[in-house]
Amino acid sequence: MNYLLKRVLAGLATMLAVSFFTFAAFSLISGDTATAMLGTSATPERLAALRAELGLDRPLPVRYGAWLAGFFTGDLGVSTSYSQPVRDLLAPKIALTLGLSLVSFALITAVSIPLGVFTAGRRRFEGARTVLNQLGMAVPPFFTGILLSWFFGVGLKWFTPGQFPDAKQDFAGAAVYLLFAAIALSIPRIAMTARMLRSTVQEELGKDYVRTAIARGNDRGQVLRRHVLKNALPPVVAFLAQTMAEIVAGSIVVEQVFVIPGLGQMLVSSISNRDYPVVQAIVVILALWVVLAGTAADLISQRIDPRLRLGGAA
Amino acid sequence: MKRRNGFLTAGLVLTGLVAALILLGAFWTPYDPNAMAAGPKFDSPSPAHWMGTDNFGRDIFSRVLQGAGATASIALATLFIGAAGGCLAGALTGYFGGAADELLMRLNDVLTAFPSILLALVVISVLGPGKKINVILALGLVFIPSFARVSRTAFASLRDVNYIQSARLMGASNLRILAVHMLPNTAPVLLPALTIGFNNAVLAEASMSFLGIGVTPPDASLGYMLSEAQGMLFAAPWYAAGTGLVIVAMVFSVGLLGEGLRRRDKGVL
Repeated sequence: MNYLLKRVLAGLATMLAVSFFTFAAFSLISGDTATAMLGTSATPERLAALRAELGLDRPLPVRYGAWLAGFFTGDLGVSTSYSQPVRDLLAPKIALTLGLSLVSFALITAVSIPLGVFTAGRRRFEGARTVLNQLGMAVPPFFTGILLSWFFGVGLKWFTPGQFPDAKQDFAGAAVYLLFAAIALSIPRIAMTARMLRSTVQEELGKDYVRTAIARGNDRGQVLRRHVLKNALPPVVAFLAQTMAEIVAGSIVVEQVFVIPGLGQMLVSSISNRDYPVVQAIVVILALWVVLAGTAADLISQRIDPRLRLGGAA
Repeated sequence: MKRRNGFLTAGLVLTGLVAALILLGAFWTPYDPNAMAAGPKFDSPSPAHWMGTDNFGRDIFSRVLQGAGATASIALATLFIGAAGGCLAGALTGYFGGAADELLMRLNDVLTAFPSILLALVVISVLGPGKKINVILALGLVFIPSFARVSRTAFASLRDVNYIQSARLMGASNLRILAVHMLPNTAPVLLPALTIGFNNAVLAEASMSFLGIGVTPPDASLGYMLSEAQGMLFAAPWYAAGTGLVIVAMVFSVGLLGEGLRRRDKGVL
């Protein structure tokens, strides 16, 4: 229980640090916000008035505190390019991006773990497999995405590239669309995770307790599942937690390829528009999601391997 | 008993080929990459135009060669900033330890919990998008923590080794110990990390330019060309295929090289 508390506190601290860095970074250039809204021909008085209205004239820690309080009560400020509350802009997009990342995560876990375990015990075609593995890691998600939309979209017409179906009207269509985006996103991570699991399992297989267990007449498959996997998994679970960070980063690109109206697309257009309240909110939401996933993964690996509870983890 | 390291050989040969092509592209391309109507519009691949032509009739192979050069040079510059900054920080904290070490590692934990592209996007929106130098700076800064972590572990593991202690007893300065005695011995760890870093830099630059936030015209970049190609997927699928395959070839050959280096130093063949 103590461990749980410590882990959650560490996650919160990370979150605070990340949001403060982002906030401070954008404050450095927030003088531009008033100029961006009024144009360069605005008088200094009007600029000052707008800054006062937006609260930009207060010291940094005060503004950060106010922003943080707003974040937790759902008030994310007002977008400078859409003149709409950031919350209303982002609300319909959050589910899409988080959905995409969850589907990708499920896909990565479901494919890479069996793949890694299955290939660990077999040494045949090792060279060819490593080459395949490297190839999997070399194909960037946006290229896979273009290939998939060319083959399944333009060729087989399973979906229309660039037209994301409205999930309320056509749920199945939206699901298929998201699945292809998730596949594009997952391939490099599947290659990496499978490779990592393979090497940890192989390392475990060489240990004395495995030889003893097999020498005592236990079934090889059972030793692999019951004992080896249990010891080989924690580093992989930790790696999967980092995977969530990569998925989130990848979803920004994949949303652009598949024209999915999620947070990533919004982030990119807001950076081009210098719409900092929106950029900031999206960055913090995505970071929160990543930290949550990391904390969850830590708690899971600690369940699998109780030794980590004795302070080895943090 | 020494076995051949096929990955290292294959990686070296492929990387050499890709590098030779890129170098060639810097001095000579079959056509002027920006010349309109070097051939008919939307011409499919042929002996005259190996990767076909685009909507302006520009030769795609020439453009890809030039774009690969831009992508590779940005990746190398990024790698230089990230590796130099990271190794310096990692070497000092790993060797001396203490409070600075503790602080830097905590900071590192926070930063690695953060998606690198997202971090690069934040940095670049602060610096201003669309400029080559800003892309290099943003990515370079983002790459420092991972190199710091890897090199810190490598240097810390050497700190109490006998030959380092004997060097210290002979009165070698800290600088000499770090540069002459330790640095060469961290190569087994740092070299594969460099290849991984190069690949990450190529992929990150291509992603950012694909999003239209990295390198934008008139500068050429594979990522931007791929986003252009996506719009012509119906008319000229070879544009996307050619550009994408070049990225894959670059990352794949350097990846093999890294795998070869890793196996050589681990003794796994």
